[in-house]
Order: sequence, then structure tokens, then C-alpha cells
Amino acid sequence: MWCENTGNNMSSAVSEASKPEQPLRTLDIVNAGLAKRYRAERRFRRLGLAAIIASLAFLSMLFTDIFWKGHTAFRQTFIQMNIVFDPELIDKENLAAADYNGLIRNALEREFPEVSGRGDRRELNQIVSPGAAFILQEQLRDNPDLIGQTLPLWVPANDDVDMLMKGHIDRYAPEDERRLSDKQLAWLNRFEEQNRIQKKFNKTFFTAGDSREPELAGIWGATVGSLYTLFVTLLLSFPIGVATAVYLEEFAPKNRWTDIIEVNINNLAAVPSIVFGLLGLAVFLNFFGMPRSAPTVGGLVLTLMTLPTIIIAGRAALKSVPPSIREAALSIGASKMQMVTHHVLPLAMPGMLTGTIIGMAQALGETAPLLMIGMVAFIVDIPGSFTDPSTVLPVQIYLWADSPERAFVERTSAAIMVLLVFLIAMNAVAVYLRKKFERRW
Amino acid sequence: MTPITLLIIVLILSSLFYFVGRKRAFTVAGGKGARGLHSLPTYYGALTALWCAIPALLVFCLWQMFETAIVTNLVIGDLPDQIRMLPPERLGLVINDIKNLVSGNIVSGEIDPVMQMAADRYRNVQAISMAALTVIALALAVLVALFVRQKINPGMRARNHVETVVKIILILCSTIAVFTTVGIVLSVLYESIRFFKIIPLTDFLFGLEWSPQMAIRADQVGSSGAFGAIPVFLGTAMISVIALTVAVPIGLMSAIYLSEYAGKKFRDAAKPLMEILAGIPTVVYGFFAALTVAPFIRNSGGMLGMDISSESALAAGLVMGIMIIPFVSSLSDDVINAVPQALRDGAYGLGATRSETIRHVVIPAALPGIVGGILLAASRAIGETMIVVMAAGLSANLTANPLETVTTVTVQIVTLLVGDQEFDSPKTLAAFALGLVLFVITLCLNVIALHVVRKYREQYE
Repeated sequence: MWCENTGNNMSSAVSEASKPEQPLRTLDIVNAGLAKRYRAERRFRRLGLAAIIASLAFLSMLFTDIFWKGHTAFRQTFIQMNIVFDPELIDKENLAAADYNGLIRNALEREFPEVSGRGDRRELNQIVSPGAAFILQEQLRDNPDLIGQTLPLWVPANDDVDMLMKGHIDRYAPEDERRLSDKQLAWLNRFEEQNRIQKKFNKTFFTAGDSREPELAGIWGATVGSLYTLFVTLLLSFPIGVATAVYLEEFAPKNRWTDIIEVNINNLAAVPSIVFGLLGLAVFLNFFGMPRSAPTVGGLVLTLMTLPTIIIAGRAALKSVPPSIREAALSIGASKMQMVTHHVLPLAMPGMLTGTIIGMAQALGETAPLLMIGMVAFIVDIPGSFTDPSTVLPVQIYLWADSPERAFVERTSAAIMVLLVFLIAMNAVAVYLRKKFERRW
Repeated sequence: MTPITLLIIVLILSSLFYFVGRKRAFTVAGGKGARGLHSLPTYYGALTALWCAIPALLVFCLWQMFETAIVTNLVIGDLPDQIRMLPPERLGLVINDIKNLVSGNIVSGEIDPVMQMAADRYRNVQAISMAALTVIALALAVLVALFVRQKINPGMRARNHVETVVKIILILCSTIAVFTTVGIVLSVLYESIRFFKIIPLTDFLFGLEWSPQMAIRADQVGSSGAFGAIPVFLGTAMISVIALTVAVPIGLMSAIYLSEYAGKKFRDAAKPLMEILAGIPTVVYGFFAALTVAPFIRNSGGMLGMDISSESALAAGLVMGIMIIPFVSSLSDDVINAVPQALRDGAYGLGATRSETIRHVVIPAALPGIVGGILLAASRAIGETMIVVMAAGLSANLTANPLETVTTVTVQIVTLLVGDQEFDSPKTLAAFALGLVLFVITLCLNVIALHVVRKYREQYE
């Protein structure tokens, strides 16, 4: 070891420096190695910096990738069609049963009278989304006087057309290698020349539930499911977490039983989340017979998962309240419970809230345990109660990431962006709370 | 009336009784006001409110727990004999059909009049049960509260009563953590034991072939199923090792740089940024791995003339490594900061450069803590689910080549349990056996890691 050598010889090196003709002085040896050692020092330092830059580069790569893939999803291609609300196809008494697809087919036929033959007609109809019918239905429901009139309407294009407009489908690729035929391209070009095909803000994405058609799929259903689930989680985990933290920190006697509880909480914090899913499946679904895919059960499972986080943060917050506060309260005659509820708990509350918000952010991003309890189903409807089958944002991302359609890639990324916005907002609130109420005693 | 409305009514009732109790306390105190009472008047109110809510809530919980079973039994009792005599699993199907009819779901095929009758009966019994619950719970709430109100007198030790009740509630809350652990162990163990009754433990732990697809009916085409978990374990190990080879050097070096070299400003900026990596949902990493990293690796391998699977272990491992960088770095940061400054000063005093001090003094002193941190990160990597579900494969290959597809314990659990399940088929039960293995391994890693970290921290305190 070099350091032992220099250490032993340091004093002799200094004393021997006065003798000029000593052939090999320790200082020389040290100086000779110095350049190399400084190089090693610089190398090491650069290595450290490189490590940080690498992880930050991964982070920015991840964000750029998601943003790059997802930003197009907020705009959706629409085609302007001159719809004739043909009285023959619409039953005035029963607007829901009208043949809206027929109206669109007729409009397309008027647009391209030269198209004939079954196959060609089908291809022509394919450029408009099947969801266009709903738009017509809504228009008519809001304004039944439209029957018999002609109205230029913007209807969503099919996902392949959307992909073409966003440049994800190569126009010049050979016909059999792209999802749109030459004929369809020609029709679309005609629309383009008349400036009747445009990208507009994608409202559907924020208001609709899931769908098999990418252009009709939205995240509102999953968002509502997430909200229900998080509400249940918050309702259960906050009081239970605070109660546990208060008991363990303020009341618990130091004995075997409290030791067991403490070790348990620490271990639960590190149990893989999927194991909580197994617990939920075996206990809540199979043993108690709770409904599958329900936000209530999801909330229960996530409660168990986030409890350790909240308890640990809560205990840290209680610990940071100085004992003098407690002693002052006790000395003027407060009972122990009064001391806690009137003085300690209010002072520890910001810290507890911060911990709770971080726990909720964790719960919002969690996927694996919810897959186990069946929140992975394909659900079109927006959930209306705590027991309706529903899905949550991360699971929706997982489902879309698995879908083969090209158009779902951008929607997945956009959903991820929405999820990240929620998470960043929650964490920002936590940081703000901590900064604002943090007290140094 | 739905259960939730009942709950809300009980809560409203209880808050009403708070005022009733408080008023009563003032009344019994006579002209002396609060000074004539043992406790503050609010405690008398709180006591009445608590005794109004607790019995009603207890009844409510017990009722909810047993209602389904009792109602089902009543309905089964009314079914015709030939249905009642069916074997239990067929009977289960019938009951499921009835429940579906009750909740208005679409039932395949024609609706049998017998079933329709049973469903009506079910709905009927359920309504009666709900009505009975409402009456009993509300009556109990009011009666007990009135009783407590009647007992209020100036000498009553209301505060002590309330505090005892609250303390009991606190204790009950704190035991939930224990119950969770017990629940996990029991539920996983119970199904695992059922699995090991069908497939011997040694076959599971040491078998080399994993193909859980089983024929459910005898006449179905399908393999007989093989449950040798070695390929699954090895796949998990491989992906975790790849993740650790990414995360440990990067995490450790960033921790060293941040705690030893970086200025305060840089540290304050870089640390939270790195923590973001830990806060990103794993499903996002999974998406990144499956749609960006995996194709990238596949294409760059293709350019080099290598045949790389699009679900290679490498892609999943790399991204998982990125995910656990912050775990390694923040834990190492803690232990490096805990190394006393005196040790560093000693090394500097001997003429060591900074990097020499770090390599020869700080790291060896912090090593147990760092190892503990790495173990925790490893347990994260083993238990991580979404990245591997989305980016790693399903087929259990026994291979050491990171460019091929492997599968992991968590992937198998998810694929075996998502979708329709049959709880007597070894295919479903196998997931619980894998879950048991996962739980035991991560628990051991955590216990060792926490022990190491704690022991080390005590050394310098």
C-alpha cells in the first residue's frame, strides 16, 4: 500500500531534504508518481460526473421519447363532410334508431360518385371513423330541426388516415406495405386539395372511455377509475396511517409486540407490489367475494400497499416535534391524549400530509397489484360508482401499449404524459407543503 | 337503501348525538356550567357520539361479512332438489348464474324459469336483509346513545372513557400491518400447499421445464403441463443481474460524486432530478423498454449481423437498471455521508488525493451499508413486474444468453392470473407458489439488507 509507505517516510523525507546528494529521496518518489495520481484523480472525478450525466441523460431520453411519440395525439384528423339529414333514413320518433352510418355512406357517395363496386365502396367508407355516426346522432339530438337539411360537419377520420396525416404512414411506400390503398390515398388527396381534411384538438381523448378504435379511445374512463380508487385509498390509508404512527410514536410501550409491529411495517414497505395483488385476489375476491375490477377492491389493495409509506413518514414527522412541546402541554394539566390531539398532531400534520401525498402518488402509478384483481378488463363505460367495473390510468397505458394499432402508440404516450402531469403536480404540492410548513425547532 | 347511505345516516346520527350529550352534560351540571363537571362538556358529547356509532358500525361490518353467505344458503335451500344435489363445483356455477341474473348481467343462453325464480328470491332476500340491517343498526345506535345520555352525571369520567376508546382504536389500526403480513403469508401459503399436493415440491424447485399450459378437460388438446421453475428463476436472476450491472456502477459513482465532489448548488439540483427516476411509474418504463429500447437493441444487433429477440432480456434488464439507479445512489449517499469526517481527514493528512481517500478509506468503511443498499435494489429488481411484463417474454428458455427471450417469476404470475381462472387447476395455483417464492426471497434479502445497514450505522454513531 502506497499510503503506508509515504506515511512512514514522510518525516524522514523532510529531514533528509537538507542533504543534497541523497540518491533517492522519498519526495522524489512521491513527486514522480504525482502526475499519474493526479490523472487518476481527474479520471475518477470525471467518472463520477459521467455517472450523474448518464442517469440524467436517461431521464431526459425517457421524457423526450414519450413527448416525441405522444404530442401528436392531442390533435386528431377530421374530415369535413356534407351530410344530408335524409328524412327517409331517420325516424323522427326514434332518433336513436336512425341509420347514421347510411347518412355518412350517402355523403361519401355524393362526394365520389364514380366509385362503384362493393370492395371499393367499403374502402371508401373506411376512411371515416365508425364513431362519426355518434357525432351525427348528437347533432340531431341537440337540434331535431336538422332533418331534411344539409350540413357541413367535421367528423373524425379513421386511425389509418390519422396516421397518414401525422406522417406515420409512408405515402410513397409500395401499396401492399401500407395500410391505405392507392385509391384511398387519391380520395384523401381530393379532400386535402379542398382543405377539407384538418387536424383539430382531440377532445375525444379527454372525454371518452376506452375503445377498440384508436380515434375513439380516451382516458376519461381510466381517469375516473383512478380517482375512485385513489379516493378509497386516501379515505382508508390516511386515518389508519396517522393512527398507527401516533400509537407507535406516542403511546406504545417498548415491548415485544410493538417490536413485531415495527419490523412488520418495515418489511411490508419492501414487499413487491405484485404480492399485494395476490393477497387481494386470495382474500378480498375469493374469500370475501368482493366484485372483480371494482375501485373499492383496488383501493383496499393500494391502501395496504401505501400504509407503510404513510406510517413511516408520519412517525418521522411526529419525531421532529420537540419534546418541550409535549412537556409544556403535560405540565399545564393536559392528558396524554389531549397533548397529542391538541399540540403534537397539528404540528406534525404538514409532514404527515407530505408523506400521504407521496404515498398517493405511488398508488396512482401502481399497476401490478391491480392486474391481479381484474382491473385490466376492457371497459368502455365511464365508471359511475365505487363498485362499477373500471380500470385505472396505468393499467390503461398497459392495455394500450399492448394494442397492435399504430395509432395507439401515440395515445399511450399521451396517456403517460397525462399520468406524469398528475404525478408531478402531486409531488409539487408535497414539496410546497414541506417548504412552507417546515419548521426548524 | 344502499350500505353507503346507511353509513352516512349513522354518521349523521352520531354527530347529532354529540350535541345531545353535550347539552345533557350542561343540564346535569345545573347552574355551575362546565365547572360542575368532571370532564369538559365536549367529552360527554363525544362519548355519546362514539357509543352511537360504534355498535351500529360493528353490526354493519359483521352483517356485510356474512350477508352474502347467508343469503346464498337461503336461496340454495329453495332450489329444486335436483339442482341442490349437484356436486359443489357445478352448484357454484349455478349460483354464479343466479348472481349474474340478479345484477342484471347478460347470461348466455335461455333464462331458465327456475333460475329466474331463484334470482327473484335472491333479490327478495337481499332486500329483506338490507331492511333488517337498517332497522337493527339504527335502533341500536339510538338506543345505546340514549342509554349513555341517561347515564351522564356530573361525576362521570367522560374524558377517561373517550380516551380509552380512542386508544383502543389506535391499537387496532396499528395491528393492521401485522394482519396484512399474516394475510399475505396465509393466502399465498394456502394456495401453494394446494399446488404442492398436485406437483411435488422438488419437481417445482428443481425441474428444468416450465410450460404451465394444461388441458382443463380430459378431451382437450394440450400439453400435460410442466412446472419446473428453474428456467423462470434463472430468467429472473439474469434480468436482475443485468439491471444491477447497470445500476450499481452508475448509482455508486453518482453517490460518490454527489457526496464527495459536487458543490452544494449542483447537489441540490442533481439529487432531486435523480429522485425523479424513482418516482416514474414502472408502466412508463415498461413502455419505454418495449417500444424504444428493445427495437433499438434489435436493430443495432441486426446491423452487426446478430439475431436478437425483440423481447430480449437485455432490453428489460437495461431499463430496470435505470429504474433502480436512484435506490442504489440514495442509499449509498446516506452511508457515505455517515462515514465520519475524521477518517477522511486522516487520509488527507497522509497526503492521499481525494479519489485515493474515497477508494481506500471511505468505500471500505461504507462497504457494509453499500452492500445493504445493493441487496435492497436487488430485491426491487426481482419483485419488479411491469417492465418485464411489457418487455420480457413469456417462453421459459433455459439460456444464459441475454439476447434471447427469458421469462421471470413476476411475468409468470401475471400471465397465469390475468383472465379467467380456475382455482383447482395447478396452472392458477402455480402462480401462488411462484408468489410464495418471490415473497420469501425478497423478504430474506430485505431482512439481511436492513440488518447490515442498521449494524453498520451503529458503528459510527
